[in-house]
Amino acid sequence: MKISVLYFGELRESVDTAEEATEVVSGSTVSDLIEHLKTRGEPWQSALTSPDPLRVAVNQDMANPTTVLTEGAEVALFRPVTGG
Amino acid sequence: MDALFQATVQTEPFDFGQEYSAFLDGDRAAGAVASFVGRVREVNDHQDIETLELEHYPGMTEKVMLEVLHEARARWLLLGARVIHRVGPLHPGENIVLVLTASAHRHAALDACAFIMDHLKTRATFWKKETTPEGQRWVKGRESDQLAQARWHKNSDSDPS
Repeated sequence: MKISVLYFGELRESVDTAEEATEVVSGSTVSDLIEHLKTRGEPWQSALTSPDPLRVAVNQDMANPTTVLTEGAEVALFRPVTGG
Repeated sequence: MDALFQATVQTEPFDFGQEYSAFLDGDRAAGAVASFVGRVREVNDHQDIETLELEHYPGMTEKVMLEVLHEARARWLLLGARVIHRVGPLHPGENIVLVLTASAHRHAALDACAFIMDHLKTRATFWKKETTPEGQRWVKGRESDQLAQARWHKNSDSDPS
């Protein structure tokens, strides 16, 4: 199924991508998506394996590794927020 | 949408006086207004700051900020709460964020203002990148900000109200 992936902040710079469409197996979780992106090799491998905390939002709600993705989901990947 | 509970992201500067006047225009019930303004410091982590660039997640940021305002509203008797958060390149001395809260009495206004800021720091989807004489660096999330948010959720029996 098709989903879109957004990258923000430091992670956007690391993978040099702000937004992309990708295909994942139906029923995939957030964790499955991250593993799928890592199989592309660099720069995804390093960026997503970094010890810096990774945060994920699915359809603009904070999610966790077990969150199940649905067709057309908007998945955002980023480091902890630093506003204010 | 409730006109007195508003969250805005903008690149333009805000004028504190104008925002304050507009916030409670015509109101006669609010006996207390609390405000907070976050600004760009000239020094952060021992380095001079030349520029602070803020980016955000359009859509999610506004949604989260509004959620935080409504959580504050559920907790205190607020007549209004307003947040303006800037994005884009900013310089030392410039304003970043404004929070205004209004209530009949001061404690609700002051506590809600602090609650809103503590939650924006840890939940609103903004990221800061600093330019210093040494180069550029992304600001890291602070443990102290996590603790500041957690203090509001330690013991629901002793919540301020």
